[in-house]
Amino acid sequence: MTDRYDVITIGGSAGSLAVITKILDALPPHINTPVVIVLHRLRNVRSEMSRLLSTKRTISEPEDKEPVKEHCIYLAPQNYHLLVEAERTFMLDYSELVNYSRPSIDMTFSSIADVYGEKALGILLSGANKDGAAGLCQIVAAGGMGIVQDPQTADFEVMPRSALDMCKGVKCLSVADMIRYIMGEIL
Amino acid sequence: MIQDISNADFLDIINILKLQYGYDFTGYAHASIRRRISRFMTYMRLATVFDLKHRLVNDEECFDRMVQYITVNVTEMFRDPHFYRTMREQVLPKLAAYPNIKIWHAGCSTGEEVFSMAILLEEAGLLNRSRIYATDLNPVNLEKASSGILPLNNMRDYTQNYIQSGGLNDFSNYYVARYDNVLIKKELRKHITFFQHNLVTDKVFNEFHLVCCRNVLIYFNRSLQNSVLKLFHDSLAARGYLAMGIKETMKFADIHEQFETVHVQHKIYRRKE
Ligand SMILES: C[S@@+](CC[C@H](N)C(=O)[O-])C[C@H]1O[C@@H](n2cnc3c(N)ncnc32)[C@H](O)[C@@H]1O
Repeated sequence: MTDRYDVITIGGSAGSLAVITKILDALPPHINTPVVIVLHRLRNVRSEMSRLLSTKRTISEPEDKEPVKEHCIYLAPQNYHLLVEAERTFMLDYSELVNYSRPSIDMTFSSIADVYGEKALGILLSGANKDGAAGLCQIVAAGGMGIVQDPQTADFEVMPRSALDMCKGVKCLSVADMIRYIMGEIL
Repeated sequence: MIQDISNADFLDIINILKLQYGYDFTGYAHASIRRRISRFMTYMRLATVFDLKHRLVNDEECFDRMVQYITVNVTEMFRDPHFYRTMREQVLPKLAAYPNIKIWHAGCSTGEEVFSMAILLEEAGLLNRSRIYATDLNPVNLEKASSGILPLNNMRDYTQNYIQSGGLNDFSNYYVARYDNVLIKKELRKHITFFQHNLVTDKVFNEFHLVCCRNVLIYFNRSLQNSVLKLFHDSLAARGYLAMGIKETMKFADIHEQFETVHVQHKIYRRKE
């Protein structure tokens, strides 16, 4: 059995936490496909985000050069950009903010587009700025799949709306349909 | 919008930098350096990779600006305050055993980390018998670092960091404010020597009791990390300390068995005998 995707990457900002929790809770505990999550977080506030996100799943913040492993859910650590290198290992980058954000969703999405091509599934959720839109378009341009949360169902619509405006070929789904889509493709 | 640079073009650019200017970026983590090169092109308004190559071959100033631009220079005083607290509590008391303490900050950027270390040493009563060597690849950073001048508006954050690191003094005793800047006091800086050293091409230059190399190795690939860690190993006295950045780890390095772990989260290691 081969999965359609080798990685699922999810980005979100304001209003996305509950949606991410919902998606993770819906995933079967032993899915192969690694999940890489990028959330905008507050700078220098010791974050309980990884615990908050979901109680059922173990979520880890990768360290530099850690391989992207199956069955694992990763969260970009606060204050670093999270990239994936050609060897499918993580790289952490403490450079300037991108779209006023670090971690920046664009940075992660764009590196995943380069490395995974058509084997990448990118999902962009609610958020109040446009970080992630360009990256999602890169995933689509590289042959992968890009999905946004239907702006009408998002607490903040700027983020998914920007992706829809920026490129064609991005799918627009409600959260329930998104979950249905993922389940259909990874099992 | 960031331009995509093909792998062949990327290697060409790396080659020009190496052959013409002697700076070898081959072992840098590609995902990040490629992105930085293409950002540099946008910044210089160079439309194509051909334009960039052309400029690099003919214009040394373009090269200088490129080095400044593609290396990540972001730094802070007392960045990761808890790391500094561990240094105070677990490492400095051990360093106190040496009559003369030698420390190397590799990849020191504009000096903030080095000044923080000087403050720790001062507060532990060790600064007078310490010598700090602080190196970087980037000459512009080193010039700034040597001046001891930092922007005033960062000081509020740094004061918070300092307090969280366990600092008990009035932080403003360590600098004098002048207009929009501060000058780190001479008494702290006189124990520090800043100079250029490229971790890729330059060699061991002394023996140290502590090597601090934080947030530099993340920009290197595995094999370059391995050779730089070997360089640090060879630059350390037996039982000397190595401090890395919070997200960096010895775990995947060839040489990890030659080090013991002093603090897992704060990435402090110690050379075995
Ligand atoms: C992100 S800064 C880290 C500054 C400081 N250590 C800290 O953690 O705040 C990275 C520094 O590494 C330097 N660097 C990059 N490549 C280098 C090399 N090959 N040799 C020496 N320094 C290098 C850069 O110029 C930059 O100043």
